[in-house]
Amino acid sequence: MGIALCALAGVALLPWYAIDDGFWGFGWVLTGFPLASQSAPALFLWAKAANLWLLPAGLIALATLVVVLLRPSAAVLGRVLVVLGVAGMAYMLAQGFVFGLRGWSVAWLKDWLGESEQRQLGMGYGALVTGASFLFLVTRGLALRGLVAGDAFVAGSLGLVIALTLLFIGLPVLQMLIIPFKAEGGGWSLAPFVTRLLDPKIWRLSCLSSGSGCGVAWNTLALGITVGLLSTLLGLAFALVLTRTSVRFRGAIKSLSLLPIITPPFVIGLSIILLFGLSGNVTQFVAGQLGLEPTRWVYGFSGVLIAQLLSFTPIAFLVLIGVVEAISPSLEEAAQTLRAGAWETFRSVTWPLMRPGLANAFLLGFIESMADFGNPLVLGGNFNVLSTEIFFSVVGAQNDQGQAAVLAIILLAFTIGAFYLQQRWLGRRSYTSVSGKGDGGMHPPLPRRIAIPVVVITTVWSVFTVVVYLMIFYGSFVQLWGRDNTLTLKHYITGFAISYGEFGLQWPGSAWNSFWTTLQIASISAPLTAAIGLITAWLLTRQEFHGKRLFEFGTMLSFAIPGTVIGVSYIIAFNVPPIELTGTAAILVICFVFRNMPVGVRSGIASLSQIDKSLDEASLTLGASSWTTFRRITLPLIRPAILSALVYSFVRSMTAISAVIFLVSAKHDMATSYIIGRVENNEYGVAIAYSTVLIVVMLAAIGLFQWLVGTRRLGRRGMSQDSSMIAGGA
Amino acid sequence: MRRSTLSGLLALMLGVVAAPSFAQGKLTLYCSSDEAWCQQAKREFEKKTGISVDLTRKSSGETYAQVKAESSNPKGDIWWGGTGDPHLQAAEEDLTQAYVSPTRDQLHDWANRQAVASKVRTVGIYSGALGYGYNEELLKKQGLPVPACWKDLIKPVYKGKIQVANPNSSGTSYTMLATLVQMLGEKEAFDYMKALHVNINQYTKSGSAPIKAAGAGETVIGIVFVHDAVAVAEAGFPIKSVVPCEGTGYEIGSMSIIKGARNLENAKKFYEFALTPEFQNMAKDVKSFQVMSHKAAKSSPKAPDLAKIKLINYDFVKYGSAAERRRLLKKWDDEIGSLPR
Repeated sequence: MGIALCALAGVALLPWYAIDDGFWGFGWVLTGFPLASQSAPALFLWAKAANLWLLPAGLIALATLVVVLLRPSAAVLGRVLVVLGVAGMAYMLAQGFVFGLRGWSVAWLKDWLGESEQRQLGMGYGALVTGASFLFLVTRGLALRGLVAGDAFVAGSLGLVIALTLLFIGLPVLQMLIIPFKAEGGGWSLAPFVTRLLDPKIWRLSCLSSGSGCGVAWNTLALGITVGLLSTLLGLAFALVLTRTSVRFRGAIKSLSLLPIITPPFVIGLSIILLFGLSGNVTQFVAGQLGLEPTRWVYGFSGVLIAQLLSFTPIAFLVLIGVVEAISPSLEEAAQTLRAGAWETFRSVTWPLMRPGLANAFLLGFIESMADFGNPLVLGGNFNVLSTEIFFSVVGAQNDQGQAAVLAIILLAFTIGAFYLQQRWLGRRSYTSVSGKGDGGMHPPLPRRIAIPVVVITTVWSVFTVVVYLMIFYGSFVQLWGRDNTLTLKHYITGFAISYGEFGLQWPGSAWNSFWTTLQIASISAPLTAAIGLITAWLLTRQEFHGKRLFEFGTMLSFAIPGTVIGVSYIIAFNVPPIELTGTAAILVICFVFRNMPVGVRSGIASLSQIDKSLDEASLTLGASSWTTFRRITLPLIRPAILSALVYSFVRSMTAISAVIFLVSAKHDMATSYIIGRVENNEYGVAIAYSTVLIVVMLAAIGLFQWLVGTRRLGRRGMSQDSSMIAGGA
Repeated sequence: MRRSTLSGLLALMLGVVAAPSFAQGKLTLYCSSDEAWCQQAKREFEKKTGISVDLTRKSSGETYAQVKAESSNPKGDIWWGGTGDPHLQAAEEDLTQAYVSPTRDQLHDWANRQAVASKVRTVGIYSGALGYGYNEELLKKQGLPVPACWKDLIKPVYKGKIQVANPNSSGTSYTMLATLVQMLGEKEAFDYMKALHVNINQYTKSGSAPIKAAGAGETVIGIVFVHDAVAVAEAGFPIKSVVPCEGTGYEIGSMSIIKGARNLENAKKFYEFALTPEFQNMAKDVKSFQVMSHKAAKSSPKAPDLAKIKLINYDFVKYGSAAERRRLLKKWDDEIGSLPR
């Protein structure tokens, strides 16, 4: 009933088409609404006999209302709702793609019916509400017919996530990927695609036999696997040190390990060049000590590896700390009671229980490395990887979108492969360790042969990170980074000057504009990302439905696709009606939400697969609805996952670059694209000063999120008094 | 349903009161010069005309990609700055609009040649000679001779000391490829580049990256446009720029009106504004050291004087065309790019 009314409201009350002022511009309410053709709801358009092809959408909405008012039996109602909803959605899509900005959008229709005078703009509020209502009609209908145990909330959220994924990942990516199959004279052909795919530049293996470089595909693969493995191990080391040792400065180590994730692109690369480049401090020092000629060793595989490990270890750490924390001590205690030693317990109980976490961390590290763009650009030297090749096939002198699409397909294939292997390795075992049963106990300390190397590694890595960041921090206060070390505040003044003049507070700093936009967009997209990601994770772990694997894969897809491809495909897909988004803030938000959603999904899955289903079942048995169960039982238990999803998406929205560079516009410029401009212009000082400001802002934001979300309280001995873990465990 | 009638009535009353208003005087400027210059253009144009400018700064390759992607629904009005080839390519693909400026006969010849090459869809606004720059301190420290010509760069002493961009990704480097082919003939040019390959330590992605690396002491010599080398030196790095003694090629920074511009009249106003000597004279204030296209405009004393340089007669029509570019790049890939290092 409510849904049917919504659908009608979309037709009758809200402006059907998008309005120039943007989603949040409400000027239309005052300027001629509802009669001005720009902002008229569909109903008013029909009254003027305009855009009559929208009429069936309204009729379907009306029909739904009539059916609901007739109060048929549940089975009949379900069937009718599904039919009407599907019809409504199909019709909306069809008309959207058939009537474009310049009449017919489909060539054969033009040939068949002749030029059309009918044209329409991008869809607006009305279309949005009506479309969404049709979607929910379908899911409600399916629920009535017994899908997902007849649960309307589950069916609705499932439908929503699928529709959004299809619209904002499937559609643009598909439009991009078909490009290489377009033959030169028009029509479709496999030949150009095959020629490009088999290009020796991509696949040659000459680096094994001679001095020339290997194909770009092998480079990317080798780098991805190395980064995935090493970042997982480093992340695990940090997670173990923090949860299972009593090393001092653990708080400091924790915040340190998080620093790289909140660092804007290029900065780590620049700092590594200053340390290890040909004229870098470390290279010069070591070469001087050993009497060697300094070399450009850092440019290539090794440099990119170092930079990517610095950047992506924190992601592995974020995934693993939740997992390591949640492993039930009772299992480990049981092993020890059975006389297993500390090493035996670790090897046979703790390690296997960490497998989902390890697999997820590896997958994220691998994919991040493949999609990374800033580090290979700065440090790659002659070591080419797919992401930079894709970027330069689009914007470089070749301007070859087909080439970019072929490379993107290869990247995708690698990701799919990694995903498949991860699934194989995890198998169908159970990793549950947080259950409703009495779950007391303390984690045993690490066995010595693990503890010592782990502590050493984390210490060394922490010191290294500190050095890198001191360089960055220092760099923002000197005249000319690496050359003139006079201290100055001028870079901050250029970017962030505030003055008080006759018109009140003035913001003459050149960075303010992009700074506020970035902050705004990050704050909008973070909660959306977390919400969609966690709902998806919950659907994937807690609900049974057909095509679950496919669905899971679909949600991971956007993460695997390099930002450049997403950026270009968003422009291609969303620059023209029916969905016209380019140049708005919305396209940035949407891009971030769907690019970062997989992290929410992964960390949600990792957390949820540890929580016993019987907790949900108990709640459901006691009569709570699935929504209440989700809200009261599941959500509080997955707080670490919520936090990591929020933090990650906020941070990524502030630091992402490769997709953003295509989507920023005059009105909505982002911090990273501003920083690139400065780097291009030799103004490293301003770039680094801006990055430092962003880091501070992100730290504050993370603190805020932590405070908002709160920590998960597991009923274990010693957990309640937090500083006295040892006393509590004794 | 009652609710809908009510709000419909309310909205109707409001609608009678407020007539739709349209914002007057907007211009969306895609700018491929460097940030400070773009900001200057926006500021000065707004000051002079009162038209408010929405400015997006991206490199010329990125802007070309965007203009192409947006072609069925253009968002930009005018594209100002950036090397000429993407502008020519956009003209070839009918992404930009023909326009003959009344100030045409007051421009330098090379600026008009660019217009002719594109069937007046683009015009030259500045130009810069190709050359290279070296890091003075590093050169001295390593006891290397000072280079002055193209032929110096293939001497064995510079083994692993030189950087240049990959012509596949950079317009600067493609300009070098085309220049050498025109200066030496195709076979000799490729022989030269094979010899040069031994001395190259890295083919960078971006055209100006080599001179930045030289400034930071990460390479000794970087092959770039001379004005880029001057800019790095001006930023405080120990860079000396060189115009090769045998003569050299050059780029023509261009300007095009985007086809289907929503603010066409304002785009034309900007077009004329950007060609005035008054505006072109201000370029040196923002550290842009190119030679300006209006005959009356005075370039910075630090800009390389094109009159004193041996410039080749660069054939922009031939070497700016997509087919010739593809052929040369493929040849470069096959014969140079795949050589062992």
